[in-house]
Amino acid sequence: MAKVEFATPELKEYPIIPKLQKDAMAHSSPFVAKEQFQTPLGYPGELVENWKEVAIKRMGELTEKYRSLQVFLDSCVKCGACTDKCHYYLGTTDPKNMPVARQDLFRKVYRRYYTLAGKLVPKLVGAEDLTEEVLDDWYTYFHQCSQCRRCSVYCPYGIDTAEISMAAREVMDSIGKGQKYCNEIIGKAQTLGNNLGLPEPALADTLEGLEEDVEDETGVAVKFPLDVKGADILLITPSADFFAEPHIDGLIGYAKVFHEAGASWTLSSYASEAANFGMFIGSYENMRTLALRIRQAALDLGVKRIVFGECGHAWRVAYSFLNTLAGPFDFLDPNYPVPQHICEYTHDLIQKNVIKFDKSENDHMTLTYHDSCNVARASRMGDEPGGQFTIPRDIIKATCNNFYDMPEHAIKEGTYCCGGGGGLLTDDLIELRVKGALPRMEALKHVTENNGVTHMAAICAICKSQFSKIFPYYDFSLDQVVSVHQLVSNAIVLTQEDSGDTDESKESDDVEAA
Amino acid sequence: MVKELTIFESLFKSNKWIWLFGWLFHMGMLLVLLRHLRYFTDPVWWWVQLIQPFGKYASILMLVGLAGLLARRIVVDRVRYISAPSDYLMLLLIIGIGATGVLMTFVTNADIITLKDYLLGLMVFDIRTLPTDPILLVHLFMVIVLMAIFPISKLLHAPGVFFSPTRNQVDNPRERRHVAAWAIKLESSE
Repeated sequence: MAKVEFATPELKEYPIIPKLQKDAMAHSSPFVAKEQFQTPLGYPGELVENWKEVAIKRMGELTEKYRSLQVFLDSCVKCGACTDKCHYYLGTTDPKNMPVARQDLFRKVYRRYYTLAGKLVPKLVGAEDLTEEVLDDWYTYFHQCSQCRRCSVYCPYGIDTAEISMAAREVMDSIGKGQKYCNEIIGKAQTLGNNLGLPEPALADTLEGLEEDVEDETGVAVKFPLDVKGADILLITPSADFFAEPHIDGLIGYAKVFHEAGASWTLSSYASEAANFGMFIGSYENMRTLALRIRQAALDLGVKRIVFGECGHAWRVAYSFLNTLAGPFDFLDPNYPVPQHICEYTHDLIQKNVIKFDKSENDHMTLTYHDSCNVARASRMGDEPGGQFTIPRDIIKATCNNFYDMPEHAIKEGTYCCGGGGGLLTDDLIELRVKGALPRMEALKHVTENNGVTHMAAICAICKSQFSKIFPYYDFSLDQVVSVHQLVSNAIVLTQEDSGDTDESKESDDVEAA
Repeated sequence: MVKELTIFESLFKSNKWIWLFGWLFHMGMLLVLLRHLRYFTDPVWWWVQLIQPFGKYASILMLVGLAGLLARRIVVDRVRYISAPSDYLMLLLIIGIGATGVLMTFVTNADIITLKDYLLGLMVFDIRTLPTDPILLVHLFMVIVLMAIFPISKLLHAPGVFFSPTRNQVDNPRERRHVAAWAIKLESSE
């Protein structure tokens, strides 16, 4: 694909709803998956000959399978409440990036073949035949949705575009028109255990290197155990944590927390990935294959608990679906939720005064917090509704002196996607990623100017990668995004000399944690 | 869910204009419909009696709401883009019903006594004389059209809202396994 020249949108003082510009993003679509990435996932290698029939049939199967999908397709009244809620619409002004218009690409075909009115009077009710143009629109615009669910918050019927875009991707996969980025990654994770294709020796090597670095810096032997049988806690974390910046600083933070709590923990080389791209393509089967690796690792290592590292959609899959996909987890310690988020784990230790911080270690930064879409709107933390908003903020406030929230419309349940979620974090979509980040950049600029914010913390691997890539387009610097556990890592006071098994007593205080 | 139904909470968060017009229309219509119960009950229930004056003036608010919604659909480019012909027709149909109703309430009175007799007759499957005021006939005809398209059109959003998973599901996936019937088959096939 030829490199597309594009202008970075201008940051405004306050958000403005842009005027429509038809086909503004019609040129943006990701690379199509070749046969080698399609067949391992159970999909045809190229567009099948009778693709129309297959697609329409698959559509019907999905609406029967998922009650949500059918309700969402049927209940829209075109009120327009969602039209200005999508970051991709705000950043690109393409009308097909308005949530309802995006849904309609799929809905108009559903209406044509599966509703009485659409069969009888298609023109009147906006129903349309499935044609090549429609399929092209599907491929283009269902890969301009990061499945962040912001629109669903504002919809009077809670219609969730994410669900429709997942279904559309599944239909396209099943006729042989899959997306390279997602499908290649799912293939790697299903065979090698992580999205990067990192084999066990490379992983072991990386972790060893980290142990040396941390000991050099702190003088404390913080361990990064791998495949330790009989450990209490299995940590499942996105593989970006093993090498990318600032992700790796977060991983160091988790290790220091485990160290300080005297916990016995391990990573697994078999399930060395928290991310589950099966969700992005709406494939229950592929999602399940990946989730079962985690179950297997937990069984093989004989752990008692599963804790997830900082990753947005992974936490959605973990919190909302892991029990369903790969449960029941009756072989784990019933005193803890399965799975737990690392933030829940750390937060709990803070409450119990097990770990202490020297906040001044983070005094060189003034922080704000980016709620990752999948954590904010598709999951929870802790026991209370809204825990996913308060727990990470509590951790940040416990570890640093300077914290300011961004404007209310851009955080918590109204949070804007980073622009790279939902399987779009690929260079062939860079224009979309830059433009989609606009609303977040405006909110960040607001606190930068008004509160002197210098850094933005996040708990999602995709958000962190996306921001370090697109910050420079908006005159921020790429190191202005940090991991929440990087703040923990900076500020934590290490009092334990040795790691792991020497101090079991502290961990036992933690048994009631939940 | 209760908040969604009574004050349209999500819509309020989303867009104050749609919320205002939408809420006026729906609440106005609710009162108007309840008021209409007096044509179907004999003796008229006390609370239906009580809301008669409110129901009468609610019809005006309902029309204001509908006019606002129609104006938005035409004026705002985003909403215009997503509107199909049926979206306009539906609004016009309900405006027609409302307008003829308002006419009969405030301008020319229809022969309500004969109408009520006719309707009460219908309820026991007995066809009696229907008054022939043209406005009333238009009003009734449009209501019948509305009832006919209700089950196959977007008007179904009324019951649909109760089925929306994003609004009615319990947040307990860590405590309970929710496995669909087709997913169980997947597990047992291994």
